[in-house]
Amino acid sequence: MSQLIVYGLLLLCLLTAVAIVRLRNLFAAVILMGIYSLVMAMIWTAMQALDVAFTEAAVGAGISTILMIGALVHTGSKEKVREKERRGPHWPSFITVVLTGALLIYGTFDMPALGDPNARVHQGVAAYYKSQESQHRTHAPNTVTAVLASYRGFDTMFETAVIFVAGAGMILLLRREETDDDETPDDEALAGAPPVEGEAAA
Amino acid sequence: MIHVYGAALLALLVSMFLFLGRAALGPTVYDRLLATNAFGTKTVIFVALLGFFAGRPEFLDMALVYALINFVTTVAVLKLVQEARLDR
Repeated sequence: MSQLIVYGLLLLCLLTAVAIVRLRNLFAAVILMGIYSLVMAMIWTAMQALDVAFTEAAVGAGISTILMIGALVHTGSKEKVREKERRGPHWPSFITVVLTGALLIYGTFDMPALGDPNARVHQGVAAYYKSQESQHRTHAPNTVTAVLASYRGFDTMFETAVIFVAGAGMILLLRREETDDDETPDDEALAGAPPVEGEAAA
Repeated sequence: MIHVYGAALLALLVSMFLFLGRAALGPTVYDRLLATNAFGTKTVIFVALLGFFAGRPEFLDMALVYALINFVTTVAVLKLVQEARLDR
């Protein structure tokens, strides 16, 4: 039954992707991209990868949908179809894509089964990370915590520094400057009103 | 009991296909909005059920975060539809 659920989710994912490509209404495409991220997050959850699912939902369904909609405000919400595209697919690119896809699928036949403990990736340092000695050295009860905070300590520290700098920069850029001409009446923000130049940047 | 959870998950999957169809076909903006919001709600329930199905009930915390993300996204989209701008 667990397999059936994952296959159902993958089918949902595929249908969403095809719909995004086929749709000419950009607003609907943005909405469907949010749905695509939610489906991917569910697939990660079904594979017990909670941290990946968390990032996918927060970045894919949350932030990037809002950014895409912010971009949509400044463009039209309808895609122009060129005359060339109406006549059907571009055959050389179509064949290249199908061949590349077939090659990639052929490559997956050599992969170990999902969650196989004897897979090559679990034979290297991973065995040491999970061992008693590792736990004794790092004093971390959780393997992921041991790897992130101890073995990859510098990596994690500078990652955090980058996020801190990005956050501080965003606060500096987006802060509201207190000027007198900030009092625009709310009536101007009627539906469909174009964004006022200059004020949008404030 | 685990079969009950599994059956509920499959039923949710079926409803998700229907919502996807509405979001893709929906003639008006509001059809699409309602479909995507309902899809987010289904995601919350799906993750919560999946936790009990897989024997890890702590997935409930994830479901709560999904509910928050869903809310923020829907509010942003609604602001766009109402005012055609996001910065207020």
